[in-house]
Amino acid sequence: MSVLDTIRKYREAGYYKEFDYHWGMTVDLDRCTGCEACVVACQAENNLPIVGESSFAQRREIKWMRIERYWEGEYPNAKLNFIPMFCQQCDEAPCETACPVFATYHNQDGLNTQIYNRCIGTRTCAVYCPYEVRYFNWFTYTWDEPLERQLNPDVSVREKGVMEKCTFCIQRIRQAKDLAKDDDRRKVRDGEVTPACAQSCPTEALVFGDLNDPESRVSKMANDPRGYQVLEEQNTSPSVVYLQKVHGDEEAI
Amino acid sequence: MVMKKLFDHGEPSYEQVNQDVIKSLIETGPKYWMLLATTVGITVVCFIVPWMYQIHMGVGVAGMNRNAVWGTYLSNFIFWIGLSHSGTLLSAVLHITQSDWRKSIYRSAEAMTLFSLMVAATFVMVHVGRLWFIHWSFPIPNPMGLWPNFRSPIMFDVMAITTYLTASSIFIYMGSVPDFAAVRDYSSGLRRRIYTVLSFGWRGTSKEWHTLGWAYTFFAVLVIPLAVSVHSIVSWDFALSTVPGLHQTIFAPYFVCGAIYSGTAGIVTVMYCLRRFLGFERYIGKIHVDYLGKLLIALSMIWTYINIMELFTGWYSGSSAEIEFLKFRLFGFYAPMYWEMILFCAFVPLLMLFKSVRLNWNRMLVISILINIGMLSERFIIVSTSLPRKLLPDSYGFYFPSPAEISITVGSFAMFATLFLIFIKVFPAVSIYEVKETLNPLRRAEKT
Repeated sequence: MSVLDTIRKYREAGYYKEFDYHWGMTVDLDRCTGCEACVVACQAENNLPIVGESSFAQRREIKWMRIERYWEGEYPNAKLNFIPMFCQQCDEAPCETACPVFATYHNQDGLNTQIYNRCIGTRTCAVYCPYEVRYFNWFTYTWDEPLERQLNPDVSVREKGVMEKCTFCIQRIRQAKDLAKDDDRRKVRDGEVTPACAQSCPTEALVFGDLNDPESRVSKMANDPRGYQVLEEQNTSPSVVYLQKVHGDEEAI
Repeated sequence: MVMKKLFDHGEPSYEQVNQDVIKSLIETGPKYWMLLATTVGITVVCFIVPWMYQIHMGVGVAGMNRNAVWGTYLSNFIFWIGLSHSGTLLSAVLHITQSDWRKSIYRSAEAMTLFSLMVAATFVMVHVGRLWFIHWSFPIPNPMGLWPNFRSPIMFDVMAITTYLTASSIFIYMGSVPDFAAVRDYSSGLRRRIYTVLSFGWRGTSKEWHTLGWAYTFFAVLVIPLAVSVHSIVSWDFALSTVPGLHQTIFAPYFVCGAIYSGTAGIVTVMYCLRRFLGFERYIGKIHVDYLGKLLIALSMIWTYINIMELFTGWYSGSSAEIEFLKFRLFGFYAPMYWEMILFCAFVPLLMLFKSVRLNWNRMLVISILINIGMLSERFIIVSTSLPRKLLPDSYGFYFPSPAEISITVGSFAMFATLFLIFIKVFPAVSIYEVKETLNPLRRAEKT
């Protein structure tokens, strides 16, 4: 194989297919009730700051996981659709090319990671992200006594001027890998690692796992005929598959 | 072809050129100091203080929010980069085509380039979230072996702007060396010592003139592609994203054309001030305003064409996101600003088709300022109407600049004025030796 071929191999999106994991998630919109338990769980797990009322009104809230609401039809026949939206961990992420200092990059597990210490805050990644899932620390947010005691020690607290985003609870993935290693296993078993959002979902609308493993629950779910990817036409090849909501004649049920 | 007169009030003698230009450096009245104190004051109060406050508090001091994560700082950055475009480019192009009318205006035009670039670079620093780590965007060797991301358009920007800044500072300095020597020969005391250093011991031997001429042409050729590339690269910051309204292939020529357009208008404004306040009526005359006016008409037409194309491609794509964004730009909250921009940049410049407008400095001053107001709005509209209408309707937002942003914008003009005021007392604002090149050599020995 020539040198050029070696380089080309790394240009292909999803080169990590030969690595152990390709973390992915499926979101079953038929099951989602829009309860926002995932949003709260994410807030607690990842030390997301409470920005306060005025900042919230200025659209500066930090919620790595959010439930988008789309109304369909007019009252009284209105229907409400929910779409949980979080980082899609795109294989061809527009944000990764944009960062001048490599604060965001693709790791070999297929995750789109953010290095908070490296971020200088040009906010280019947030402009380039079609899913609007990057959140900027406009100020240094603090936790009032005694709320700082509930901070997760596995996750850093970000300062002003830093972009932050969902990384599928990378601290949990790290922990699961370490435990697997202690058990003399090469790979984490399906179901051993769950991000906070999927863990807290009462209807199990969110399923997390390794897309490289064809036997994993998430791989089977991702092959569902209802599956689609949000803004597929942007060619970002997201790692998150949404399962379409089925609209039937509800009275017949 | 009829040779145009370079000088409105008759050709000056060699001696007089020296005296007129050096007088502008040496004779400094109280008016100048008051003006300088005012601009420095405005810079500190409107620019430095809010900026320091922002560094202390965080970028949240500005009005940006989640969808519109870019705001006035970035649009001002583009405006100032644009303003910087005409000076050095025009000077270099006209040097290569050997146009004599360039010789009395190019020095201040290049200074404009240099200072707008400095203001633009400052805006980058104002824009970023963590200023104290901005050196990470330079390829500085470090123990971690970390490099900047060369795929990033922001990285291209850093490279392009620093290159352009370096090249245009060398260009302006090199062209000024014989003039520094002239000032040195006319002055005494501390000033003489300073200009001795600045002039690199220039003696005016034919070998020195030959080397200068060669080097100057070399830099003129080097600067032209640089100038074109810089604003293309700035446009890629936008065009490489997938945001409706920013994701346009036409953006590179659009930005270059807009940059030269606003820069040329800026030159007219600066020339007016030089004539009015430094008494250069003799050297900057009808021919300059006439030619710059013609250039502005041509540029305004290109600009209008590209604007129509931008709307057309958006509409022709048929994508709902593009249509939504076009609706917001043309009829949304910022619609008055959009139509103001069209009026000032597409229709007002057509007045310059009349010779009576083109040859009148006061009218040209008004038109040039209107063009730059239009161009400032254009940059603002590009940012403020595209980002709040991205792809997911749930995230539609709104952006309005905060008081800090408005104040910093005002302060940036004062900062530019401060730099320019310092420039006219250090550099001869009209090139002494190049004006002399256009004079009748037989009058060399004449005394006034």
